[in-house]
Amino acid sequence: MAVLVDKDTRVIIQGITGSQGTFHSAAMKEYGTRVVAGVTPGKGGTEVNGVPVYDSVKEARDAHDATASVIFVPAPFAGDAALEAIAANLNPVVIITEHVPVRDEMRVIHAAAAKGTTIIGPNTPGIITPGARQKLGIMPGHVFADGPVALMSRSGTLTYEIAAGMTNAGIGITTAIGLGGDPCVGLTTVEAVRLFEKDPVTKAMVIVGEIGGDAEERAAAYIKEYVDIPVVGFIAGRTAPPGKRMGHVGAIISGSSGTAAAKIKALNDAGVPVAEKPSDVARLLKEML
Amino acid sequence: MMKLFEHEAKDIFRNFGMPTPPGGVARTPEEAKKRAEEIGKPVVVKAQVLTGKRGKAGGVKFADTPKEAAKVAKQILTMRINDLPVEAVLVEEKLDIAQEIYAGITIDRNERKYVVIGSSAGGMSIEELAAEQPEKIIKRYVEPFLGFQPFEAREMAIAMGFNGKDISKLASFFLKLWKIVEAYDVELTEINPLILTKDGRFLAADARLNIDDNALYRHKDLIEKLKREPVEQNERERRASEEGMAYVELDGDIACICNGAGLTMATLDAVALHGGRASTFLDLGGGADAERVEKGIEIALMYPKVKAILINIMGGITRCDEVAKGIVAARKEKGIDVPMVIRMVGTNEEEGQKILNEAGIPFLSTMEEAASKVVELVKEVS
Repeated sequence: MAVLVDKDTRVIIQGITGSQGTFHSAAMKEYGTRVVAGVTPGKGGTEVNGVPVYDSVKEARDAHDATASVIFVPAPFAGDAALEAIAANLNPVVIITEHVPVRDEMRVIHAAAAKGTTIIGPNTPGIITPGARQKLGIMPGHVFADGPVALMSRSGTLTYEIAAGMTNAGIGITTAIGLGGDPCVGLTTVEAVRLFEKDPVTKAMVIVGEIGGDAEERAAAYIKEYVDIPVVGFIAGRTAPPGKRMGHVGAIISGSSGTAAAKIKALNDAGVPVAEKPSDVARLLKEML
Repeated sequence: MMKLFEHEAKDIFRNFGMPTPPGGVARTPEEAKKRAEEIGKPVVVKAQVLTGKRGKAGGVKFADTPKEAAKVAKQILTMRINDLPVEAVLVEEKLDIAQEIYAGITIDRNERKYVVIGSSAGGMSIEELAAEQPEKIIKRYVEPFLGFQPFEAREMAIAMGFNGKDISKLASFFLKLWKIVEAYDVELTEINPLILTKDGRFLAADARLNIDDNALYRHKDLIEKLKREPVEQNERERRASEEGMAYVELDGDIACICNGAGLTMATLDAVALHGGRASTFLDLGGGADAERVEKGIEIALMYPKVKAILINIMGGITRCDEVAKGIVAARKEKGIDVPMVIRMVGTNEEEGQKILNEAGIPFLSTMEEAASKVVELVKEVS
């Protein structure tokens, strides 16, 4: 067991003929992911890395019983691609693409909500379940080991850093989810916590947050009320100045809101220790498990 | 976020049928005088700068005569507000104010919806208002597939305490703001204050309009019309953005060059934890090749505050051998005259370390060691 992605997940890649789609569909297959088809409108009938390409998501889904989609389509077309995946009942839909206009993101998120579809991202490294050898995204699979800890994060390489630290300490992962670095994302931190809380094999959680918004505060409020298993946090951007976007569109302190201090306090108040350094996450987990 | 000047935003407001005070832009005191003459009444002269709090900084002044308008325009045009030069002023009719109102639309990142905000207590910033009189803030979330409806705008006006004909008059401002939001991928727009005059007219006295950078490709005509770069940048910021690198300058002296925004932020924090201060946030992005790494180092070194460089790479789609080649090339081509600490793990780690070894460049394998080392080196050189 794990959340959202397991051994039965059958994946299509939207935008498979582009350079990112081509590169990462190969990497996903190599890791073990069941990549069953690709979609690029106008390129139907071709093949990429031995994966058949279709003109539409519906055709690809029908031909291969696909269940989920990973989107590498360029930003101007990513919203449309996601709506197509939602319409075809694929779930989850992982939007790797960065720089999607926020208006498009909001439409996709609400179209998905109406259908019960989980959107991961946009601007995410994706989702990985090491125990099922399935990754729907661009993360280096080898840094994630199978185990009992859930990992959710708003960033990419920082997640790899923390996952690598956990792996070195002998702590594995049920599922790791990149929630995305944009202000508006599909699956939120608190929704991810809720999913993991119901997952019987998840024995602890790691929340990797960053400045901007109040996703971590909301997750903390939920944890305080409902979560009994150990949770460890890390917040990036303790020293970030207000008013500057720190790489991610969503990573910005606006006025006095979205600071690392407020997030750390909220998590601590919920009984969640927050690591000072990425390497402390594994140490704190060891103490708590 | 592309921010529009007040006068640019007001041009758009007027195109959507929203009343604004009569007036025009002036770039010299003489032009300001002419604008005031055209208006023929007492005027307000306002600095056109892309920053808040210009009133408190002295960037808004009244003038009873055209001569006086020229005089205050001259003062304002020589000011710097929040370190930004004032290149133009907006000269407008001074209004006979009965009430100051707030109207705005922004994005709520939790609801992931637009939110329309109104208040009968305008004039101060919405943050101040939220702190002091939260009960006076009226909010409506916009249903994504319905859009903002006329009845909702009227309900807001009623909740804000208006009655009779004023309800529809005020509601039309909210509806027009909504149309502008939809037309231009607006992230934030505000009319603060929206003025109700003593003779019963509603006018947008100020205008704020910020457009989503990610949607600018849909608004090329607007950018062309505005005849300026979407964002004000210095040379280093401009070069970084041309290369697609996220680059932020800070007050310290250690340039942090990393891959990934979260890792870069965490590296800045690690430097601070060891008693140092970062000068630079530079995210190379994913899959940087040698040339990109070299360019990143070059851009970082252009900032005079930099006394040392910390390169922290967690290889995934970024390959350590490429990073190492970039570092060696940067040192060979441009020369790196400040201490440099490298931490590099992940994809092709061994190949990368071999390249650095051969070039005699030391490297470390943990973030903490690297952060501690670079802080130590900066202390030695300063």
